[in-house]
Amino acid sequence: MSEPILSLRGVNKSFGPVHVLHDIDFTVRAGEVTALVGDNGAGKSTLVKCIAGIHPVDSGEILFDGKPVHIHGPRDAAALGIEVVYQDLALADNLDVVQNMFLGRERLSGFLLDEAEMELAARRTLASLSVRTVKSVRTPVSSLSGGQRQTVAIAKAVLWDSKVVLLDEPTAALGVAQTRQVLDLVRRLAEQGLGVVLISHNMNDVLEVSDRIATLYLGRMAAELPTRELNHSQVVELITAGRSGDLGLARPDVVTI
Amino acid sequence: MTAEEEVVNGGAIEKPTLGARLLGANTFWIGLVLIALCVVFGVLEPTAFLTLFTVQTLLIETAVLLVLSVGMTFVIITGGIDLSVGSVLIFSGMVSAKAMEWVSGGSSTNAGWGVILFGLVVAIVAGTAWGILNGLLIAAAKIPPLIVTLGTLGAALGAASLLNNGSDIRTLPSTMRTTIGYGTSFGYVPNLVIVAVVLTLIGAWLLHTTVFGRHTFAVGSNAEAARRSGIGVTRHLTSIYTLTGALAGVAGFMSLAYFGSTTISAHSTDNLNAIAAVVMGGTSLFGGVGTVLGTVIGVFIPAVLKKGFNIIHVQDFWQMIAVGAVLIAAVWFDQQRRRSRNR
Repeated sequence: MSEPILSLRGVNKSFGPVHVLHDIDFTVRAGEVTALVGDNGAGKSTLVKCIAGIHPVDSGEILFDGKPVHIHGPRDAAALGIEVVYQDLALADNLDVVQNMFLGRERLSGFLLDEAEMELAARRTLASLSVRTVKSVRTPVSSLSGGQRQTVAIAKAVLWDSKVVLLDEPTAALGVAQTRQVLDLVRRLAEQGLGVVLISHNMNDVLEVSDRIATLYLGRMAAELPTRELNHSQVVELITAGRSGDLGLARPDVVTI
Repeated sequence: MTAEEEVVNGGAIEKPTLGARLLGANTFWIGLVLIALCVVFGVLEPTAFLTLFTVQTLLIETAVLLVLSVGMTFVIITGGIDLSVGSVLIFSGMVSAKAMEWVSGGSSTNAGWGVILFGLVVAIVAGTAWGILNGLLIAAAKIPPLIVTLGTLGAALGAASLLNNGSDIRTLPSTMRTTIGYGTSFGYVPNLVIVAVVLTLIGAWLLHTTVFGRHTFAVGSNAEAARRSGIGVTRHLTSIYTLTGALAGVAGFMSLAYFGSTTISAHSTDNLNAIAAVVMGGTSLFGGVGTVLGTVIGVFIPAVLKKGFNIIHVQDFWQMIAVGAVLIAAVWFDQQRRRSRNR
């Protein structure tokens, strides 16, 4: 449909003797939600961390906006416009919403922190995402609910004119209403033209909110298909067996090492 | 012009949050305790306690500890601890005294300002070196701060003792003693206190208004989150222990000027006093929370208790008991408040 903003070609990653990612091809398109699914240990989080620059890839190339790029650290990823919202929320509990959103990239006037400017920008971002659940941007994150924290973490990721946002299980610890809010937010990100990657174990969430579904099976990309061509049981089969009918990995006997 | 306006704006925004932070943190309550102590002693012995002389000596006696505690505040906010500050203080003083003797060729009693400044630089360099060692072992080698600084606590003291075969150096430039040690400026203000106040203000500025300070809170609050946000956590931790070491170096020089001796045996509990002051001031041992203002109050509570007990002729030992009680009460009170807020 739309142009790929981020593509991975033949990416491999090992931790010592453990080969976690095998020749992964993965594409993120602007304005779309790409769901990344797979069983525990399939390599979802590792893939995300490779894109985020936390783990360097062993081989393969990463194309951003069609150009090959090298991501050596979180700062490189951030400079490209890639932001990650982690499963175990990467927020500092004792800091307030504004401080968290600008963490590592504080705005200054002279030598001092420009609190007024940062507060304004934080409010603006939250407003642009139609976030109404966070009452005061000066509340410490520790006193927010799980959904509010997730909202702050996502807002933090979009504050930087990001092009790609990776969400690692954003709804894992949330209740029904809060999950609803976060999914709406995910959809809104895509509508703003961002490339969104959603990692989730919840099939209902995935089928509801995503445009494409990429399935990892034991470190291999089993299938990457439009959501409308898939149903619930097919996705589950892809996750658990790596194949479903004609879809997925051709020779499962080779895969199950 | 615009930059100035922005600073003014930033200050205006900062104020309510600072006020709220004070009311929320136990800094406010411990501040009340300090004021109450001053009032009680003032009422009991108005002619002796509220005198210029008492206030002056109170301030001078706390100056050295205040400088150590400002550094300790940074360390504890990162969730660490530095037990070595007292030993580093002694080491810096010793190296500084040795260096001043060396450049004066023998006794440095009549040395001029050039030698004294050289001594100051040497003290700071010596303190900084221990700070860097602490920082690298903690942040890069990932050894727990308690162990690293327990090690350097002994090592620095041992090294200081080795330098002069375990005895103190008492021949120091008399100019240094009369000006920095117990000289005063503006008629009343002891110079030692001015040094401590300036360093404290710089510390407060660094912690509460700069990126360095913000990252300090972030590292102490959630080091992994800080790392993922692109903050160089290893580097930041190293620089914080380095800063604390450098401040201990300055404190060593101040102690040298005040006591006129390297005082090898006089600083064995400085580390614990500094930690107690910082914790009493509302800084959390778990990291991520704290203020320099709280530390200042925390430094003065034991000092006021000691002074007050002296004046009302209560044995000095009661001060130790009272400080212990206040420390435990402050932390207990803080925990209760946190729990009830999180419920």
